[in-house]
Amino acid sequence: MSGANATSAGTAADVADVAAAVCLVVGALLTLIAAIGILRFPDVLTRMHSATKPQVLGLLLVLAGLGFRLRDPGTVGLLTLVALFQLVTSPIASHMVGRASFRAGQVREDLLVVDELTGVLPHEKRHDKPHEKPPSNRQRAD
Amino acid sequence: MNALLVSCVGVLGLAALLLVLRISLGPTMLDRVVALDVLVAVIICGLALEAAVHRHTTTLPILVVLSLLGFVGSVSVARFSPGSDDVEAEG
Repeated sequence: MSGANATSAGTAADVADVAAAVCLVVGALLTLIAAIGILRFPDVLTRMHSATKPQVLGLLLVLAGLGFRLRDPGTVGLLTLVALFQLVTSPIASHMVGRASFRAGQVREDLLVVDELTGVLPHEKRHDKPHEKPPSNRQRAD
Repeated sequence: MNALLVSCVGVLGLAALLLVLRISLGPTMLDRVVALDVLVAVIICGLALEAAVHRHTTTLPILVVLSLLGFVGSVSVARFSPGSDDVEAEG
C-alpha cells in the first residue's frame, strides 16, 4: 500500500482509488507470474504450488481493489462472499487434484525431497501408467 | 488511473494465454484441471477489473457463480480420474 501517498493533496476518495489501483495491479501481476509458473514447472504438484497464488492472494487483492473502487457496503458484502467461497473451495479442489495425481503415479519422484505417503499407501491398488517407468524405488523394505 | 487499469487487462490476457497453452499442452488431465482452475480465477479477476474501470456492479453475481463453478468442475474431474479411488471405503 505504498502508493497510497502518491496523492499529496488528495481526498479520501482519491486515496481509495490509488489503493484500488495498487491492489488491482499487484493482483494482475501475481496472476501473470503464476501463469508463467504453471507453464514452466515440471509436474502437477509444482504446478499446483504456482496455481494457488492467483486463486487466493491474487483474487483477494483484485476483490479488495474492486471494493476500494466501488465503496458501497452491499457491494463489499457480495465481494466478501466471493472471497469466502474461493477460500473454502480452493483447498478442497487442490487436495483432491493432488491426491488423484499422487495415486495415479504422475508425480515425478526425483523432485520430491520428503515422501511420507508412498510408504503408507496400499501398493496393489496403485494405477501405474504402462508408459511410465516401473515404481522400483517405491517398494518398502518389508 | 484508467490507463493503468486497462494495462492490467493486458497482463491478465497474457496470463490467460499462457494458461490456455498449458491446457492444450498438459500431459495429464490433472494438469489441465489445475490450469482451468486458474483460468477461472483469471476470468473472475478480469470481470472484477472491468467492473472497477467502469464503476458498475452488474457483473458481481457472475463472480459469485464463477467462484463456485470452478470448484465443481475441478472436484468432479479429480474424483473420476484414475487413482482417486477411496480404497478404505471399497474394501
